[in-house]
Amino acid sequence: MGGGLSMCLAIPALVVRRIEAEEALIDAGGIEKRVSLVLVPEAAAGDYVVVHAGYAISRLDPDEALRTLALFAEMQRDTPEAEAAA
Amino acid sequence: MRHLDEYRDGALARVLAHKIAGAAQARPQYRLMEFCGGHTHAISRYGIVDLLPANVNMIHGPGCPVCVLPTGRIDNAIELAAQQPLTLCTYADTLRVPASGRSSLMQAKARGADIRMVYSVADALRLAQEHPARETVFFAIGFETTAPSTAQAIRAAERLQLKNFSVFCNHVLTPPAMAEILGAPRAPGAGAAGIDGVVGPGHVSCIIGSRPYEPVAEQYRRPVVIAGFEPLDLMQTVLMLLRQINQNRYQVENEYTRAVTHAGNVRAQELMAQVFELRDSFEWRGLGEIAHSAYRLRPGYGRFDAERRYGIAYRRAAENKACECGAILRGSKQPGDCRVFGTGCTPEHPLGACMVSSEGACAAHYSYGRFRETATAAAAA
Amino acid sequence: MNTTRLRHGPPLDFKGGCVDLSHGGGGRAMAQLIDELFVHAFDNEWLRQMNDQACFAVPVGRMVMATDSHVVSPLFFPGGDIGSLSVHGTINDVAMAGARPLYLAAGFILEEGFPLAQLERIVESMAAAAQEAGVAVVTGDTKVVERGKGDGVFITTTGVGVVPPGVEISGDRARPGDRVLVSGTMGDHGVAIMSFRENLSFGTTIRSDTAALHGLVAAMLQAAPGIRCLRDPTRGGLATTLNEFARQSGVGFFLMESAIPVRPQVSAACELLGLDPLYVANEGKLVAVCAPQDAERLLAAMRAHPLGRDAADIGEVTADARQFVQMQTAFGGTRMVDWLSGEQLPRIC
Repeated sequence: MGGGLSMCLAIPALVVRRIEAEEALIDAGGIEKRVSLVLVPEAAAGDYVVVHAGYAISRLDPDEALRTLALFAEMQRDTPEAEAAA
Repeated sequence: MRHLDEYRDGALARVLAHKIAGAAQARPQYRLMEFCGGHTHAISRYGIVDLLPANVNMIHGPGCPVCVLPTGRIDNAIELAAQQPLTLCTYADTLRVPASGRSSLMQAKARGADIRMVYSVADALRLAQEHPARETVFFAIGFETTAPSTAQAIRAAERLQLKNFSVFCNHVLTPPAMAEILGAPRAPGAGAAGIDGVVGPGHVSCIIGSRPYEPVAEQYRRPVVIAGFEPLDLMQTVLMLLRQINQNRYQVENEYTRAVTHAGNVRAQELMAQVFELRDSFEWRGLGEIAHSAYRLRPGYGRFDAERRYGIAYRRAAENKACECGAILRGSKQPGDCRVFGTGCTPEHPLGACMVSSEGACAAHYSYGRFRETATAAAAA
Repeated sequence: MNTTRLRHGPPLDFKGGCVDLSHGGGGRAMAQLIDELFVHAFDNEWLRQMNDQACFAVPVGRMVMATDSHVVSPLFFPGGDIGSLSVHGTINDVAMAGARPLYLAAGFILEEGFPLAQLERIVESMAAAAQEAGVAVVTGDTKVVERGKGDGVFITTTGVGVVPPGVEISGDRARPGDRVLVSGTMGDHGVAIMSFRENLSFGTTIRSDTAALHGLVAAMLQAAPGIRCLRDPTRGGLATTLNEFARQSGVGFFLMESAIPVRPQVSAACELLGLDPLYVANEGKLVAVCAPQDAERLLAAMRAHPLGRDAADIGEVTADARQFVQMQTAFGGTRMVDWLSGEQLPRIC
């Protein structure tokens, strides 16, 4: 303890290219690693996936990601400070 | 890192904190429980509690698979490794969990049992392939996030016609645990208030989708909001829960829409259905026996089932008397309420599972948050 | 002084040969190994004398002595190897007292069967590191153990140096209000090592930061002779060093996470592995505690030095009887940065 950080070890990673039947090379912040795509067989190069313990467990939907971030940005605009400044 | 850093913005955190403070004024207390060790860890690690009003209580639930595994199952694993000529592969955290008789897998390993740390089931499978003359057993634990990869490994072993690979299956399911806690009669005494809302697990939900929580939310009339793991995800989730509670709604909502869908990962669900069936009952540390809450291998995969192969018989083991892991896992006590927290029980010398895994409530609180405890005590003194 | 080289017959086969038990036996084979490898590479007057010890004068002052054993695996990694690590590590321990490192001793435990080509590479790396640092390896020892009883090579280095008068640096001198400075990015070495280990193969361009820091320390002492504490955060990382200072000085620390420099790739690798960069080893960085009025000048001096370009002020010393190291997260909340428990082992969910 004290040394451990991320929990589920699941992080968003970019699929660089598929390797063999069910594997892919992914890039997470510049680190490249081989992971299994057996649970997300439709993932293609350029997609983002959530990787957990050596397996991609789902695809990251970039539109939904944008929507979530837009929601946060909108909230920032709604603050009293922002309203006062407007 | 893309899809990560954006959700850690400190300025946005303050905005959300402001909104949460506004929403939290409708009731004297809000008790929100999270069911994912990852959330337990993130809340402590980012100090999110500092950004929430005092009347919003984050309660740690049974989200850490190492923590909910009963001592008797660890005893089974130790016996297996000590008595049979085989290699037992296990995750790192499981090695240090205290078992009966002051033992642990780590100690059994030091005494000569062939126990190896692996990062995934794929490592165990590879080991079995590389050493066909040696029996290899994978100690499988975890919720629905890791069950699909175990299922896949078993199918791969079948395809490869491996004769020396088996799995000691301890996979457990989240919705039954959720139902168990929400439905529990309120016990008198400390922390008697019930749970008002649930922070739904993130990566379990990637697999099972948001659908399985709907009957739970409906039956127990509590809102469930599925959350991502970044601090902004968690704060947004708190806000969504507060709003539902204030409006007396009890729906399943999804904050982690970028990774979780309603139906979930169908491929992963298919794999699990092919290989696993539900046990009638399974004992959870702290929660007792819960019906239909865990997996075992289907008879068709019997030769890959370590329980069948080695005749493993589960025996309930007594927990350490001073250990409050059970109450902590149920959410009726906090780590600080345990008599031995930080004194007799530390990450270096854990008495219970909650102090071993960094996703355990006690370990997370000890490592990241115990300064709050002593500060309050010092102020009170 | 007799400087005639010994004649050993056919020279050692550094391309295809291996270490065998005779190389540790004390006889001709060992003499040949010492002469053709160690004396040849380190090449100085003391080794050429061929005694079992080295005799030298030291400048007036207090002597500093430090020792380190090196068991790193793998032996060769991006940015360095066990050889350069063993030279830098001990030089740094001596330098952290504010001392100028003068001489090194090197002991080798070799496993029977270890390829001479690798040994040569390691020794040459040590020689280059020592020469660059201006420190001589003046004496040493070689033992050979049977195959299976060692792990290739273990190296122990011991170093001596002298502290100039007026310099008092020690982990128990931190006072509330002091500032905490680091000389650069945290976690590089540990991640570079992890990238090569079995089971954790991933491509990365992160290199170990292994380096000799005595030049940086000298520049720092020029700018702020009253530095209170210095340490290189090796095993256990920055967190461990600060917890050690807290315990030695009876104080607390309060850090700002956003001020601690970490390379984006190191950060990413740590996310992937479930590690906290604050606990990952560094081999070419230092942590300094100084009086608040010295902080700005000291930081400038560090940044002016090639090994301190990314130096940063990361927080302060607090009055805290509990001796807690606390940190404000980049997100705005507060957490403890506790002692490391056991080893850093990645977990599952």
